[in-house]
Amino acid sequence: MRRMIVGIAGLSVLAAAGCSTAESETTSGTESTDSATAAATADATVSDNAVVLYSGRDEELVGPLVEQFTAETGIEVEVRYGSTGEIAALLTEEGDATPADVFLSQDAGALGALTSQGMSATLPDAITSTVPAGFTSTDDTWVGVTGRARVIAYDSDVLDADAVPTSVDELTDPMWDGKIAFPPGNASFQSFITALRVLEGEEAADAWVEGIAANNPQFTEKNSAALELVNTGAAELALINHYYWYRAAAEVGEENMRAQLAFLPGDAGGIVNVTGAALLQTAADDADAVALIEYLVSEAGQQYFVDATYEYPLVEGVDAPEGLPALDELVNPNLDLSDLESLDATQELLAAYGLI
Amino acid sequence: MSVRAASRPPAPLVAVAGVAALLAAIPLIYVVARTGAAGLDGIAAVWERPRVPMLVRNTTTLGASVAVASLVSGIAVAVALTRVRLPAPRVFAALTALPLAVPSYLAAFGWLATFPTIHGFWPAWLVLTATTTPYVTLPVAASLRQHGAAHAELAYSLGHSRWRVFTAVTWPSIRSAAFAGTLLVFLYVIADFGGVSLFRYPVLSTAIHQAYGASFDRYYAAVLAAMLVLLALVVLWSERRVRSRHHFTVTRTAPGTPASSPAKRLLAMGAISLGPVLAIGVPVFALVVRLLQAQSVRETDLGRLTESAVTTLTVSVAGAVVAVMLAIPVATLAAKYRGRLATLIEGVSSLPLALPGIVVGLGLVYFSLRTVPAIYQNAVLLVVAYGIMFMPKAIGTIRAAMERVPAELENVATTLGYRPLAVWWKVTARLARPAAITAGLLVAVIAMKELPATIMLRPTGTNTLAIDLWTRTEIAEYGAAVPYALALLVIAMVPAIALAPRTPRAAAPTP
Repeated sequence: MRRMIVGIAGLSVLAAAGCSTAESETTSGTESTDSATAAATADATVSDNAVVLYSGRDEELVGPLVEQFTAETGIEVEVRYGSTGEIAALLTEEGDATPADVFLSQDAGALGALTSQGMSATLPDAITSTVPAGFTSTDDTWVGVTGRARVIAYDSDVLDADAVPTSVDELTDPMWDGKIAFPPGNASFQSFITALRVLEGEEAADAWVEGIAANNPQFTEKNSAALELVNTGAAELALINHYYWYRAAAEVGEENMRAQLAFLPGDAGGIVNVTGAALLQTAADDADAVALIEYLVSEAGQQYFVDATYEYPLVEGVDAPEGLPALDELVNPNLDLSDLESLDATQELLAAYGLI
Repeated sequence: MSVRAASRPPAPLVAVAGVAALLAAIPLIYVVARTGAAGLDGIAAVWERPRVPMLVRNTTTLGASVAVASLVSGIAVAVALTRVRLPAPRVFAALTALPLAVPSYLAAFGWLATFPTIHGFWPAWLVLTATTTPYVTLPVAASLRQHGAAHAELAYSLGHSRWRVFTAVTWPSIRSAAFAGTLLVFLYVIADFGGVSLFRYPVLSTAIHQAYGASFDRYYAAVLAAMLVLLALVVLWSERRVRSRHHFTVTRTAPGTPASSPAKRLLAMGAISLGPVLAIGVPVFALVVRLLQAQSVRETDLGRLTESAVTTLTVSVAGAVVAVMLAIPVATLAAKYRGRLATLIEGVSSLPLALPGIVVGLGLVYFSLRTVPAIYQNAVLLVVAYGIMFMPKAIGTIRAAMERVPAELENVATTLGYRPLAVWWKVTARLARPAAITAGLLVAVIAMKELPATIMLRPTGTNTLAIDLWTRTEIAEYGAAVPYALALLVIAMVPAIALAPRTPRAAAPTP
């Protein structure tokens, strides 16, 4: 009897799955066959009121925004969530067979890699012109959506604000031996190392990585885990993105945050990186997909990110979250985001000193 | 023994079992292809990374030490359960299986909620030992029940010491089951990702995830995966060498547990409860405390929770059915026939044991898109993935049951004029059915906790409880994670408790 129930459950899954195949076939019927030079234009007319979004950012964050978009436009969005790395690996594996129309990425590196594999379409001017140069791609293959600053989170029970290093260069000092936490495998951290190489030169970057490795840092998988170490007194400093602090503070209350933030204007350790969105080559003439990206850089979309994530808006006319230093103060004029694409060299450097 | 060494396996059986083995080989083919693409230079470059030897060392150390700890604690718990007369024996029997329901990342997350600074080897070792002990307890308890205490009692009465009785009488009867369980523990640990990652203990599986996550350097990830597979193969092969072909067998069950002193009973109850307390008690308590302390917690969407629970239940049960169906022909072949082909098919079918979920996931993405794109991002593919990944866990249990079917019964059926398939169906399969159900339950409970392959292969927009829980642990929302953690535990406990040793006749996983 038990066996029969199990069998029936199995069959019903197969049946249900069969139905969903039929549905997804109708939505993916808009694939462009001419992918070599396909470019999305404002007159992309293919519309079936459905978009498949691959989101490298989590559901708590993107879900409400997508609902808002659907409510305003009537376009249904099917979202696949994962970490940016997982999604990027998936997209690479799928290649031209990908069901995705839009990729929303946690960092610029993954978007650049998508472009270098020839998987992203050129975005229309109407979208790329909304975001100032320096916060978006140079070849219009993706658009910046929000900005995030690299910061140092410090243990305010142990350190006064003025005792916190103002440059990452100080972190190789033996006084920080065993007291620093960061996620070496994390894309944002690796972008910072790339910035260090670009801004201070390969030799200086090499010396810094060697020095930090000798300082016995505490490795975490995630920014949030590094912050948690400072918050609990297990580490004195953590190298993270600024908004992790605000999200943690939202659950436990700002006054209960033992960790505090130090911004590092002008320093490689305080660069501003961006999240962004790309249109897949296979959806180059999908008007719904274009509309979704348009919405991300619209005033409503940008305001949502400000309120929900404490990230920097990139579009003129939307104010940054309160309490954050102005974006202009943090931006390093000597650094171009496209400089951050040399991820391979960064990973080699980190690997050479055993950080990854 | 019921092995017909002389007869050749029928072609249809070989064909069906061969298909199962081929499916099992898919993820490995993917790893080999990707590693091959890296070239010899690429492989050498990975080996020269200073971190890599450390990763291999950590993986082996953790795998071996958890395996040894689980072996010892599993035998202790099994002995406590079967050789001591306990009050409410069913409750204690259920307790021994309960840690199966706990994903390592859930246990780790709960411990971290209380002791945020613990990290590294020891916490990982503790949590993994507590959650994997049932892999040893269940088959050993089944063996002990089957053999009864009579022989040991006899040996005691002849004046032998406890240790002597254990090594000379008890151990030979449980060795096979204990080793098989320990092997599963080792393979589970080296492929485990969630628990070790939360405790920040760097091993191959976390490095594989990191390599896939932070870059597009799939060669590095693939070479690391190949190392993990190699390690697993060496251990699989060694276990085959150690495992005795000649079991110490007693045909009659000797029921009855001798009366036990109160001190012995207390000790036994303590031994049985320790694992569940460490694996479930502490983490759940800690998470609930965090929930009560939190100032603001995202509201739980009940509809969403229910939907995820239903999905979890459906795909894991369907996956269990597929795993058992794939396992049955392989188990039949392995139990009833000898020879290179049977050995090869069984060996290949065990390979998925050694692969981390993310590799199985990516391998199936690759193959399904190139062969049957229609099932890509479809629940069918996820169910097939569970079937492939967990088939080896079902093979062991079913094979052991089929080996126990006396050849005489089959011979009688044959002389009565039944064709081989009819003999198999009416005799072998019927007697092995409880084992097949047991195997299915085991697969279902493991599939419910599965994370990396589920993330890769699920239909877009579909969530399981494991995914919902993991998403919340990633952003350290302890409070918001609680409802999902509890829902997953409650659902997984049902098959876990069903797996608990109940009567002397109950089948238990003997992989």
